[in-house]
Amino acid sequence: MPKDGGIGASTVRREDVRFLTGTGQYCDDMNMFGQTSAVFARSTVANGVIKSIDTSAAEAMPGVLAVFTGEDFVEVGGNPAGWLINSRDGEPMKEPKRPVLAHGKVRHVGDAYAAVIAETIEQAKDAVEAIEADIEELPALVNMKDALAADHYVHDEIGTNQCFDWGWIEDNRAATDAAIKGAHHVTTLELVNNRLVPNAMEPRCSMAQYNRANDEYVLHTTSQNPHLTRLLISAFVLGIPENKLTVIAPDVGGGFGSKIYHYGEEALVLAAAKKIGRPVKWTADRTEAFLTDAHGRDHVTKIELAMDKDGNFLAFRTETMANVGAYLSNFSTATPTFLHGTLMAGNYTVPNVYVNVKAVFTNTAPVDAYRGAGRPEATFSLERVIDKAAREIGMDPIELRRKNFIKPDQYPFASAAGLEYDSGNYDALMDQMEKVADVAGFEARRKASEKKGKLRGFGVNAYIEACGIAPSNLVGVLGSRVGLYDAATVRVNATGNLSVMVGAHSHGQGHETAFPQVVAEMLGIDPQSIDIVHGDTSKIPFGMGTYGSRSLAVCGSAVVRATEKIINKAKKIAAHMLEASDGDIELKDGVFSVAGTDKSVTFGEVALKAYIPHEFPLEDIEPGLEETAFYDPANFTYPSGAYCCEVEVDPETGKVTVESMTAVDDFGNVINPMIVTGQVHGGLGQGIGQALLENTTYDENGQLLSASYMDYVMPRADDLPFYTVDHSQGNACTHNPLGVKGCGEAGAIGSPPTVVNAVIDALQSGGKSVTHIDMPMTPHRVWSAMQNA
Amino acid sequence: MYAFDIERPATVAEAVAALSNEDAQALGGGQTLIPTLKQRLASPEKLVSLTGVAEMKGISSAGGVLTIGGGTTHDDVAADGSYKALSELAANIGDPAVRSRGTIGGSIANNDPSACYPAAALGSGATIVTNEREIAADDYFVGMFETALDEGEIITAVKFPIPEKANYQKFVQPASRFALVGVFVAKTADGVRVAVTGASNEGVHRWTAAEEALSKDFSAGALDGLTVSADDLIADLHGSAEYRAHLVAVMTKRAVAAAS
Repeated sequence: MPKDGGIGASTVRREDVRFLTGTGQYCDDMNMFGQTSAVFARSTVANGVIKSIDTSAAEAMPGVLAVFTGEDFVEVGGNPAGWLINSRDGEPMKEPKRPVLAHGKVRHVGDAYAAVIAETIEQAKDAVEAIEADIEELPALVNMKDALAADHYVHDEIGTNQCFDWGWIEDNRAATDAAIKGAHHVTTLELVNNRLVPNAMEPRCSMAQYNRANDEYVLHTTSQNPHLTRLLISAFVLGIPENKLTVIAPDVGGGFGSKIYHYGEEALVLAAAKKIGRPVKWTADRTEAFLTDAHGRDHVTKIELAMDKDGNFLAFRTETMANVGAYLSNFSTATPTFLHGTLMAGNYTVPNVYVNVKAVFTNTAPVDAYRGAGRPEATFSLERVIDKAAREIGMDPIELRRKNFIKPDQYPFASAAGLEYDSGNYDALMDQMEKVADVAGFEARRKASEKKGKLRGFGVNAYIEACGIAPSNLVGVLGSRVGLYDAATVRVNATGNLSVMVGAHSHGQGHETAFPQVVAEMLGIDPQSIDIVHGDTSKIPFGMGTYGSRSLAVCGSAVVRATEKIINKAKKIAAHMLEASDGDIELKDGVFSVAGTDKSVTFGEVALKAYIPHEFPLEDIEPGLEETAFYDPANFTYPSGAYCCEVEVDPETGKVTVESMTAVDDFGNVINPMIVTGQVHGGLGQGIGQALLENTTYDENGQLLSASYMDYVMPRADDLPFYTVDHSQGNACTHNPLGVKGCGEAGAIGSPPTVVNAVIDALQSGGKSVTHIDMPMTPHRVWSAMQNA
Repeated sequence: MYAFDIERPATVAEAVAALSNEDAQALGGGQTLIPTLKQRLASPEKLVSLTGVAEMKGISSAGGVLTIGGGTTHDDVAADGSYKALSELAANIGDPAVRSRGTIGGSIANNDPSACYPAAALGSGATIVTNEREIAADDYFVGMFETALDEGEIITAVKFPIPEKANYQKFVQPASRFALVGVFVAKTADGVRVAVTGASNEGVHRWTAAEEALSKDFSAGALDGLTVSADDLIADLHGSAEYRAHLVAVMTKRAVAAAS
């Protein structure tokens, strides 16, 4: 019988009550006394020299309180990249300054060059229209290949459009080249990992208050990591002391990576609030979200797979161009390198891997981590080239993967791409996938589709990812400028309920339900007596926030450590109350008892005693019951999975429908199966969206053609099948206390190659010699591929 | 959105009077105009809302002709059912919110090149009734977003002769769910009409070669070998002109096969 609470129970998400009844408190729901509105003047050209900006007419408009331009921020710092990448020749990456407001040049459509603060948003919009900006348009650098060859630059001061030229692992290069040269068979594939617009349901919003009495600032903002945002603003951009700045990320309506980063709008509203002495709010409209949220993916890759005559993998070699857009967003340099190249051995015993990534500046929106962040790109390249290889050598794609899988007795396994996988069982995942997806019944389903005039295809994929980001010692060696631990404070209140302050931020992940399940399990108390506090730097310890499927594996581990400290102290108090030795105290179902006796006190009695310490041994025990723990993981965690799907292709129109999608994942131990299933559903939706629908298109002038929902296709319910999601094959993570691996990104990592592989299978079953179609596989693209095959 | 005044007349006569102000603009269901206003792409001084004009609402049938008031919503047309192909078309416009607000008069007055209703009106040989005159569909649709309407002229009703058989096939543009290509086929005693939306830079138009073939033999097979030139068809990120030309033939065949 399933549990009804604690670890392993599918407890209904408590936060959904407020989300579904309209009582969530998002940034834009909050209004302050005396609040004003900020509106930004944004570039309509992709590349241009700012000749002059005349704000005098705007300043004279009704209700206008202040107008800012890039000139106002020349003296303050830039928004930095959080990870230093060195090129193959040892040179550090190029880091052009990212100012609060564009100064000298505008570098992408949507780049903000001025801002108006006014009494109302309509007045601010009117005034923005009155700003006279003389911007001389220059030719736009849009395509990465063109940008690398160009003799003009997105950032003139660095004299190149290449940010870095990275090799991983450089020492493996010669061996990889040799393995490919001497191989029996080499499969080569050129592919595009398409750029995606994150499209969180809630657009970004930032509201700043300044208190002149004590020189303090409060910033409410849509952030996945308020402490990191505060650190960036304090240490790099505005220099506001951390102890004078509170950053609050209240309810946040989705992030998918795009709200990890600090953006110039946050700095602008803070500076403006101080200047005018009143609260300043900015809320992005949907067009601003399309133009200025950090986008995802955008790789152009050539991958080669070398095999011996039996289909054993000998080497993977990858050359990738990664678009970083016009400016370096905070994690933009880590995403295409250490979150991508280190995964290029996949689930396989392949001995040689070499990855080359050239990061390229272009006149497009910045590109950074987006759900999966580098691992979807790695999985897509690997699993597409493996599928192509299977077809070339005439081997079943499942058999070819199984032949090369790491086996359960090989863990810990040092991959050829530099990671040490701790646990897994890829054959077991594949077995379960074949079973629950009824792979054996596919041929019959294909015949039924053919009777309807449709081509049916089957696609399979195996993935591994690295999450639980990340061991600070390791990432420090690799260039990270931050640590990637997390933190939790468990406060037992006098009346016996708990507030658990966490560094992770919940914006769709269900922390408010899942984290109490962990604490409740450990203490043996009702989860409903435990609340999670998150998102407010004045309340929570310094944690690094939520991304990279890290919250439970890293912050959850900190919660465990802090709760262990609580238990240790509570046992001492109980021992005192029961006149026993604390070594004899046992905790079970929320009751402390002396082993072998009927003497006991409840958890609530211990809590009360901690705060009303009459007759308390103050020389041995401090009053209170509150503990903090910081947890820095020993390794990444390595979720893995076997996915398959079946598609139908309409040969007359090229339209693809996903008929089934099966995701069998190893997430290690599972705290709340329902939430995990929901996370996988969301990821699958985004992955299918990438594979079939989401087409971010800039024209040659750098105009974003897909800048609204009239042209950018978000997946809708009727675009998606019913999913089969299975996480019965978990192998506990060996190095964190919960044995958890992380589930937030898996669906978006595993599904794109699965869908593409299925479409290629469908077309080949119809006699078409199509070997690859770039995502998104729109009807037009599929039809065109059929015409040319 | 810029500030504007709004009037909500109760009769066609009052609406016409209100629209005599040259800076006034008619507002039907607002499914195009309101988003345009919100993006500050239009700045009318005055909007004249037609939603309060009772005489422009409702559906009636007489002598084989279905008359639909210009202010009738897509939902109401979808629910009517007396002209099945038309009701099915209305039921697949936009989403529930669009269908509960958008009106047939607004859609036909706007004449978006990818809208569904213009295909139904042209394909059915409908008559556009305004406060001043009656205009045959063949004379009404002039080009992309262009119609025969004069300044201040209001569509009060659309009259659809109900054909023997008809069907509309829409291949959706997946983001907007307007027609990437939509084809309306109607078979009447006088012959067959085929109207194509979504495909052409000229807006909705008839495919006369298909009409001739189908008038002789109303079957999908009668279209075998017939192709559409890609010249002057729309090309955008959702499909090339050649793809649209191909889809016109595919959707026409499907409409013929499904016509009832």
